[in-house]
Amino acid sequence: MDQNSDQVRAAAMKEIEAAETPEAIQALSIQYLGRKGVVTQLLRAVAQLPPEARPEAGRMANAVKQEIDAACRQALERLESDPAGRMERIDVSLPGRPMVPGTLHPITQITQEICDIFTRMGFEVVEGPEVETDYYNFEALNIPKNHPARDMQDTFYVSEDVVLRTHTSPTQPRVMEQRQPPVRIIAPGKVYRCDSDLTHTPMFHQVEGLLVDAGISFGDLKGTLTAFIHQMFDPRTRLRFRPSFFPFTEPSAEVDMLCVMCRGEGCRVCSQTGWLEILGAGMVHPAVLENVHYDTARCTGFAFGMGVERIAMLKYGIDDIRKYFENDIRFLAQF
Amino acid sequence: MKVSLSWLNDYVTVTLAADALAHQLTMAGLEVEGVEDRYGYLASVVVGRIDAVAPHPDADHLKVCQVGTGTDTIAVVCGAPNVVEGMLAPLALPGSQLPDGTQVTESTIRGRRSAGMLCSDGELALGTDRSGLMALDAGLTPGTPLNKALGLADPVFEISITPNRPDCLSVLGIAREVAAIQGAPLRRAPVALPTAGGDINTLTSVVIEAPDHCPRYAARLLEEITVGPSPFWLQDRLLSVGLRPINNIVDITNFILMETGQPLHAFDFDRLAEQRIVVRTAGDGERFTTLDGKERTLTPEMLMICDGRGPVAVGGVMGGLNSEIEPHTTRVLIESAYFDPISIRKTAKQLGLKTEASHRFERGVDPHGTRYALDRAAQLMTELGGGRMIDGCIDAAHDLPASATLSLSVAATNRVLGTDLDGETMGGLLASIEFEVNGPRQDILTVTAPSFRVDVSRPEDLMEEVARRAGYDRIPVTYPAIPPDARPTPSLVTRRRRIRRLLTGMGFNEIITYSFVHADAARRLRLPDDDPRRNALGILNPLTEDQAVMRTSLVPGLLQTMGHNLARQSRNLKLFEIGKIFISRGDSAQPEESDVLAGLWTGDRTPPGWYGKPEPCDFYDLKGAMEGLLAGLHVAPVSFTRLTDDRCTFTRPGASGRIMVNDRPIGLIGQLHPAVADAYDLRQTAYLFEIDLPALVAHIPDRLQASPLPRFPATARDATLIVDRELESDSILEAVRQMNEPLVEAVQLFDLFAGKPIPEGRKSLSLRIVYRSSEATLADEAVNQLHKAITDHLVQRFKADLPT
Repeated sequence: MDQNSDQVRAAAMKEIEAAETPEAIQALSIQYLGRKGVVTQLLRAVAQLPPEARPEAGRMANAVKQEIDAACRQALERLESDPAGRMERIDVSLPGRPMVPGTLHPITQITQEICDIFTRMGFEVVEGPEVETDYYNFEALNIPKNHPARDMQDTFYVSEDVVLRTHTSPTQPRVMEQRQPPVRIIAPGKVYRCDSDLTHTPMFHQVEGLLVDAGISFGDLKGTLTAFIHQMFDPRTRLRFRPSFFPFTEPSAEVDMLCVMCRGEGCRVCSQTGWLEILGAGMVHPAVLENVHYDTARCTGFAFGMGVERIAMLKYGIDDIRKYFENDIRFLAQF
Repeated sequence: MKVSLSWLNDYVTVTLAADALAHQLTMAGLEVEGVEDRYGYLASVVVGRIDAVAPHPDADHLKVCQVGTGTDTIAVVCGAPNVVEGMLAPLALPGSQLPDGTQVTESTIRGRRSAGMLCSDGELALGTDRSGLMALDAGLTPGTPLNKALGLADPVFEISITPNRPDCLSVLGIAREVAAIQGAPLRRAPVALPTAGGDINTLTSVVIEAPDHCPRYAARLLEEITVGPSPFWLQDRLLSVGLRPINNIVDITNFILMETGQPLHAFDFDRLAEQRIVVRTAGDGERFTTLDGKERTLTPEMLMICDGRGPVAVGGVMGGLNSEIEPHTTRVLIESAYFDPISIRKTAKQLGLKTEASHRFERGVDPHGTRYALDRAAQLMTELGGGRMIDGCIDAAHDLPASATLSLSVAATNRVLGTDLDGETMGGLLASIEFEVNGPRQDILTVTAPSFRVDVSRPEDLMEEVARRAGYDRIPVTYPAIPPDARPTPSLVTRRRRIRRLLTGMGFNEIITYSFVHADAARRLRLPDDDPRRNALGILNPLTEDQAVMRTSLVPGLLQTMGHNLARQSRNLKLFEIGKIFISRGDSAQPEESDVLAGLWTGDRTPPGWYGKPEPCDFYDLKGAMEGLLAGLHVAPVSFTRLTDDRCTFTRPGASGRIMVNDRPIGLIGQLHPAVADAYDLRQTAYLFEIDLPALVAHIPDRLQASPLPRFPATARDATLIVDRELESDSILEAVRQMNEPLVEAVQLFDLFAGKPIPEGRKSLSLRIVYRSSEATLADEAVNQLHKAITDHLVQRFKADLPT
């Protein structure tokens, strides 16, 4: 008896699966479940069994009936929705309907990457005005009027005392005026210089960093910037720190990294020197701290700045700075 | 600043190879930007053997020579009188460039081919003689490049000198650094002045009327000078750093300038009225002709060197034509002064005149270097100009800047640098560059900076010198601790990021355009005269007319970008920019800066493909994107209201709307106005949006609150209404919402139709209203009743008909 119902089930399922038309399924349904059907006979046969065997046999026969019924329904549904009776073949090689994502400007991407590295190191992102007073852009940073250091930056003037900021450094005194140490900020933004040629655009982007706290040393500056460059480029990138001059840092340093193009062999990108200037940095000049009334006996700090366009050029192999602001879609779509 | 190795060798014996020296100087803060052999041009000049000399058939003074180059014999036309068969002479091959700028080419001279140029030593800048060919040693091999044959090599270092190091704007200053790097002694040329009698004080006088501008003025007087060309060694030194020799007197002043960094000036003493010097500021509007032949108008801030009558030089900047050394000059007054840096800088800037002298004075020359330079120049003039120096020296000085004496704490220095140097080591490093060091006593070094180090005024300046001399690479790398209470990134920054992410996700490309635009931009956008965006902040010194004012809208940049791309056959664009606009508050104040988000969509919605024809994008594409952006930011409730025609500027009347959140405007959306498209020369339309970013950001919720999902099913009912064609569809949806029926979960518009059989002036709108209760499955009867009530209300309120 058990064996019998299993056999019926197996046979029915095989036939249902093989059926190719709704009519065939209907015929199968009658063949198995109809008044004279195989399963119906199976159920009737239960009555012939000894009383103790009947409940079990009845349950099994009913289960078979339900399964076959469900299988017939499913098969019917499938066949009716696919009247051809077979699965349609599609051309998977046809292009999909376009869903083209846009791109972030490469300058935005690099700026975000820089800020993310520093926020992981506990720096806070701040911003400042792009049209700046002479005081914050120069004086507060130890660049008095008529100082030759003003020649280092060609300035756009709006009036005698208002300029387009030439660097993101004014955020240093602006933030320090508002807070007591510790200060640990990173300030991205647009800056402007009155200079336009193959390698300069009158507007470009910088990221400024400042850390002022008790006991900050030049060694900390080296460590922080080394960690940054290693994350931004490659953990094996070689760096060198060499003396330089910025009016608002003392000692000041220029940070070079081994040329990413030629690995120090000397090429066009590094002007045959094997090194690329990547950051300006230094210990915050005491005059800058005094201007914001910090106690120079109790805190020291370091500051640094970098050009975003230059870093993007090195990371993406862009060879013409003017491409950034032409916004040719064929350029933008590459990033 | 250029300096040649051979010149450096006059003051320090350079033992480092050129590239090693370049590296060491760079690492000491004197960045070497390039090294070039100054005899490189001799590589294409070879030893030539004159095999035959024949007269030129068509020119009396020319000869046609056959010149052997080792491998070849070539014909060269030559005019030198000393050319003879068998001699060896330099032959510049075609392609050579000579120091005086001559380009050697293969040419035809009076009908005869000449495949090179036979040279004099003057023409090769190897001597001063230009009268005939340079005769080369007979032992040389023809064909050998001349720099090899003569063993000539002299690297010239191009060094970038930072503004704090005027002492290194001199060969001696750089030699001092080299000496310190090598641990070698520095040799200065000793001065020995001959005594020839006389007394300068009886012949001339110097009166300083403007001591603030001129703290020191020293002068010496020479007579019986013979002006003429300088000897070769002197010309050679000047040429090696790119200066043009003029005559012995001027060359000596230039030589001393380059050697010591002290600018000098030589006056023709006999052309000075009353033979005296007065140092004073200029009269307002006074006129003066400088050495370059230009007449200049003076202002009362400018310091002038005058004679008994009037100006003879712009102090520290440039001499005057009226007292210039001339061929017949016999008496020379040499000026060696210390001028106030700020005064010189102002004057040079006002005159737009930057000279070797002004460059050094404005950075600060050594206030105690005046006499050495003066005396050395006087000595050279007696030696090279045949002059006789009048005994005595005028040296008028007032309040010279004093050298700083500073207390340097060894512990503080180590703390700032992160080093572990002892006091003796620090003292030794400072002493190696001529700082006077006492101590250490306990923790303190007492240090006096040499007078030429005008940049040193604080202990931190000494710390830099210690670090610089020790080498920055010897400072150990350490890491500051990361504070546990780091402040979070401000919300504007993080929200801008979300906005960018959402827009790029919807296929918009971010652009960054210049913050300055043409002064005409606001007018081209059709902004009315009283619009605040008409108040653009002008730049006093713009680079071009196109970048003359700060932008007051992002739209000009978007339209220019669109134009740029259309011109390059990219006509389907979805662009956005986030940036600042600047509204002027008057010239002398900082403008109001605010963040704006703007974008445009132009061209086809999707590129052509097998799935269908390309269709142009329209207002509702952009509106959908805006709705998606705002939904993605969880900003609600959002509505769009029609912008009345009189308020439309750069968008087309009838297709412009305000974007509202919570009934407050945050921006606008619309189709580009055809007149604006014309103004930007755009041949296709575009849909634009501009959003005030802070207004938008204010509506972004700080935190999100989850709500439970509904437990019971929803039931929907449709209603079709025929209404006035002008009726804005949202007013119907809004009317449903305003009924505040708790069972109405949502109302959507799913069909819109106008045209037959709908009567003229009417349109058919189909709504789907979704009903749901949070407490039970709604019974059909209840929904039907409510739906009828709502439909009846709408019919009444909008004078709507129901479809028949």
